[in-house]
Amino acid sequence: MGEMDQMKKEAEGLKSQIEAARKAAADTTLADAASGVAPAPRVQLKTRKTLKGHLAKIYAMHWATDCRLDHAMLMVSASQDGKLIIWDAFSGNKINAVPLKSSWVMTCAYAPSGNLVASGGLDNMCTVYNLKTPVVKTVKELDAHTGYLSCARFLSDTEILTASGDTTCALWDIETGKQKTVFLNHVGDCMCLALSPDMNMFISGACDSLAKLWDIRDGTCKQTFQGHTSDINAISFFPSGNAVVTGSDDCTCKMYDLRSDQEVISYQDAQLNSGVTSLALSVSGRLIFAGYDDFNCNIWDSLKGEKVGVLSGHDNRVSCTGVPQDGMCVCTGSWDSFLKIWN
Amino acid sequence: MQTVMSSKMATSNNIAQAKRTVQQLRVEASIERIKVSKACADLMHYCGEHAKFDPLLMGIPASENPFKDKKPCTIL
Repeated sequence: MGEMDQMKKEAEGLKSQIEAARKAAADTTLADAASGVAPAPRVQLKTRKTLKGHLAKIYAMHWATDCRLDHAMLMVSASQDGKLIIWDAFSGNKINAVPLKSSWVMTCAYAPSGNLVASGGLDNMCTVYNLKTPVVKTVKELDAHTGYLSCARFLSDTEILTASGDTTCALWDIETGKQKTVFLNHVGDCMCLALSPDMNMFISGACDSLAKLWDIRDGTCKQTFQGHTSDINAISFFPSGNAVVTGSDDCTCKMYDLRSDQEVISYQDAQLNSGVTSLALSVSGRLIFAGYDDFNCNIWDSLKGEKVGVLSGHDNRVSCTGVPQDGMCVCTGSWDSFLKIWN
Repeated sequence: MQTVMSSKMATSNNIAQAKRTVQQLRVEASIERIKVSKACADLMHYCGEHAKFDPLLMGIPASENPFKDKKPCTIL
């Protein structure tokens, strides 16, 4: 048998082994296990603030970690009007507007310290800005990806993770501007990433319809989750760190448990035939806020798989959602150029 | 000659790729998996323990809602 044939055979054998091991662990589903849990209450949230200021589609938003500083509640948004805007969500005031070199922005991120923000997009670069200098300054342009930048998340003021259309993710040293680690395994554009609560791992979603769990320090892919039938556009950890939630162009969201290595529930509805663009979890993990192409954000009971509410109010696709650390509200951003704060 | 050389390179690239695929599958096949029932119990427990700290789940009384507009003062 040729070497290629041998390896094909071994690969098939390993895939069957993984399939069998997952099946052996699958003694129930989450919906069945949670059948005795009281349903989540019907969730009816109101728009408390509409943030107006962007002049074009909003593609991304991110809450500052310690967002309640000095009676302000800070977040950053990115629009293809070529600006990042730092907002105080309480007052609706713009704290800063950062002009971007390239207006084709797809992602933005706030550093946990609150000192830095980052953006990136079709320029294939991740640009890091210092918010604390008298005028906002560019700290570094992280330039090595050979495809668009779809997502960025700071680990600290010195390290940032990126996901790219070149099918890789990377960990960068911001001071040197170099990639410390490149995470190779996806065979489709990487569209999203999320950091584990303990910051040792991250999860990525890609156009190959797979979610992958990575060890940040040793650079290796530890687990791969299948089930989606189209691009994964959004991904988040469940707050315990033991599960991840994904949102896809296949119109479903799914929860995968890391320790049983498989899908445990799917959030879908026969009437929902729009792709999921974004998602965020409430602080207990019980509620999933998922933004869709049909202009709505649907609210799912994460344990029972039932829709418990909807946020309607945008006049175009919901492109981004976020829940701040204190869980006091949810923000939605849209192609209609507005951000809304709901609670 | 040219064609033979490039197809040899293509073959060795394919073999390298196949080796990486097998190596990755070995890593993924080797992990310990817990029962889904145990995983679900832990997820449900987490939600239960943290529900009372989840303002969006519990609802926020108007008096404690930092986003609720304060009643405007009327100047008489």
